[in-house]
Amino acid sequence: MPKFETVIVETDLLIVGGGMAACGAAVEAAHWAKAHGLKVTLVDKAAVDRSGAVSQGLSAINQYVGLRDGANSVKDYVDYVRNDLMGVTREDLVADIARHVDSTVHLFEKWGLPIWKDEKGAYVHEGRWQLMINGESYKVVVAEAAKNALLKTGVGEIYERVFIAGPLMDGDRCAGAIGFSVRENKVYVFKSKATLVAMGGAVHVFKPRSSGEGFGRAWYPPFNTGSSAYFTLKAGAEMTCQEVRFIPVRFKDAYGPVGAWFLLFKSRATNAMGGNYMIERKDELQKWGPYGRVKPVPANLRNYLGMLDIQEGKGPLSMRTEEALAAISAQFKDDPKAYAKKMKELESEAWEDFLDMTISQALLWAGTNVQPEQKSSEIAPSEPLFIGSHSGASGAWVSGPEDLQTAETKSQYFWGYSNMSTVKGLFCAGDASGASSHKFSSGSHAEGRIAAKSAIKFVVENNAAPKVDQATIDAQIAEMMKPMETFEKSSKATSDPEVNPNYIKPKMFMLRLQKIMDEYAGGVSSQFTTNKPSLERALELLDFLKEDSEKLAAADAHELMRCWENIHRMWQAEAHVHTVLFREETRWPGYYFRADTPKLDDEKWHVFANCRCDPKTGKWEMFTRPIIRVFETKAATAGAD
Amino acid sequence: MPSYVLPDKCDGCKALDKTACQYICPNDLMVLDKEKMKAFNRDPMLCWECYNCVKICPTQAVEVRGYADFVPLGASATPLRSTDSIMWTVKFRNGTLKRFKFPIRTTPEGVAEPTGGFKTHQDLNSTALSTEPEALGLPAVFTLKGDANA
Repeated sequence: MPKFETVIVETDLLIVGGGMAACGAAVEAAHWAKAHGLKVTLVDKAAVDRSGAVSQGLSAINQYVGLRDGANSVKDYVDYVRNDLMGVTREDLVADIARHVDSTVHLFEKWGLPIWKDEKGAYVHEGRWQLMINGESYKVVVAEAAKNALLKTGVGEIYERVFIAGPLMDGDRCAGAIGFSVRENKVYVFKSKATLVAMGGAVHVFKPRSSGEGFGRAWYPPFNTGSSAYFTLKAGAEMTCQEVRFIPVRFKDAYGPVGAWFLLFKSRATNAMGGNYMIERKDELQKWGPYGRVKPVPANLRNYLGMLDIQEGKGPLSMRTEEALAAISAQFKDDPKAYAKKMKELESEAWEDFLDMTISQALLWAGTNVQPEQKSSEIAPSEPLFIGSHSGASGAWVSGPEDLQTAETKSQYFWGYSNMSTVKGLFCAGDASGASSHKFSSGSHAEGRIAAKSAIKFVVENNAAPKVDQATIDAQIAEMMKPMETFEKSSKATSDPEVNPNYIKPKMFMLRLQKIMDEYAGGVSSQFTTNKPSLERALELLDFLKEDSEKLAAADAHELMRCWENIHRMWQAEAHVHTVLFREETRWPGYYFRADTPKLDDEKWHVFANCRCDPKTGKWEMFTRPIIRVFETKAATAGAD
Repeated sequence: MPSYVLPDKCDGCKALDKTACQYICPNDLMVLDKEKMKAFNRDPMLCWECYNCVKICPTQAVEVRGYADFVPLGASATPLRSTDSIMWTVKFRNGTLKRFKFPIRTTPEGVAEPTGGFKTHQDLNSTALSTEPEALGLPAVFTLKGDANA
């Protein structure tokens, strides 16, 4: 085994991650660090230019409130998010992001992101909150501003290709992070006064539909591996909404975006018999309390109606692209020239939607000779994903801002610093913070800025560096490097290093995790349905897996990263199963269905289901936190038309 | 596959300090075989087909073949990315060709100014982020305490 040199980096604010939230954090932190003479360090496991969920680009910005035009209010956005999440959301956090997100979008525009505009110069909306962009280089542009902020001002530094395995702690305060380079034989120990976690959500915790090459074509990227959840859990932070996974219904197999088709082209989705499940099953919505009556219908309930069709043998479901395009062309039936022009425009828009963010979908259409004006295309629910920034909600329980609290919420939702977790000095943004869904790319960037300003304030007011003794650091490094040692020690025991009774390689470890989650925790093959005995069986099997994580083996630094990514996924899985088990109701039927508690129980379960894993004992604590409204309390039907 | 390297075109980025595809891959999949001086995708099952290796390759040696477990053979999507736009050539299995060109940015590369030119302030205790309220286009940041936007 090669010798790894240990590099110690001391800094004031450590930003862990390089995606949208981390780039927002870098831009904001640089400004305040400069004013206060502080240092900011950003560490990314990939290259910031193209890391994270937006690395491929995006075809829309999904959160823009439009405050300057008076298009919507902060409260409008809060109503939308609360309804979509079946009443479970932190209004203070959602409002905080909503009041800042527009300035993030205006910055994007200044930096060079092409946002579509109409002839009057106003942004072109895809939907009420969504803006159309030419987003191939979205991440490149956002990364450029972050890099310029940190590097050109001299306040910061960036480490790329350094994978963070876990937190460094000084008692109950976060003291930094440890990791290793996947390019050089180096271990990194980052010692910081505040740490901002923004390492994304988790994919491949559940078995995907594809089992061959298409395994990697998750809707959310396979390099989002639960590192935020692991980091915060290991630090002893309280977590929230760990049961609120997300299942996107997208074009089947390649998971191309459907937003433009539904919102811009006004397409319908129908079952194989041509029936529209949103109409035929609308009575079903009445069973889901006030949330079944709101407009737009919550994403999980839309999913659920389609899933009921599939379960009844009415699949496959299809996006009726041919019908939508015919309806548009009908408007031009007397003007063939205008019609040709319009169709050309629509064709380009439809293909750009894929080419900007899901090129695989363009390949699938081309490979199956799909002409959307002639033929509909299949849609399907993907495997469950953890993405608190989208329509999921999983993440750490963080403090809200003081000025967005009421007398009732303040004691529950505020403890000094916005976006600080329950662990001192540990801040979270993007997929790392929970109960603040629908922030998407722009809101994650805005939340990164909010968290960074708050973290700098924390450093200014708590400027003594935390202490971690060398023996603890040495022990953590040894634990981190153990898979390489295991491989070194035992790989020669068999003629094929992949099959060896002394260890498990990370890929098989991941496949075992996925099988457990798929079969017992409501994955694709169990029709997203589970129950108490299944979940208990999942926990039993996860215990064996956790024991075997001690026997993970890595041939090189790349595989060492894979080992830790899968340990991170396993912790996300554990938090999920514990919380699905704890919440004895079905609240998001299109995300998961508890067959033994099949109904919404607003009386008992209109609460946050939170958890914590005691870092000392490894025991999971499950408890509830009240949901308290910040904005004036009308019925939950506030968004109903 | 899904991203694959054409050995005749790949020169292992010998003129650069690191290979471009290895530098950019968000999932650490592209590696250089130092004996052959050719790059390859070490784990196609974990490839997201994000095309970043394809777009960055200085010799256009990297292409993508759709996931063979669900995409019929014969299609391709080929990008040509410049500093302000990207041109795509999409070839169908049946030979149909489509070409699209989209803008990618409105500013020259490298110049993104973190403040966006908006006025900044130095009040660490205010609710306004560094470029606010000007970047919001509003006179003040929304708060619960008597704001018109409530």
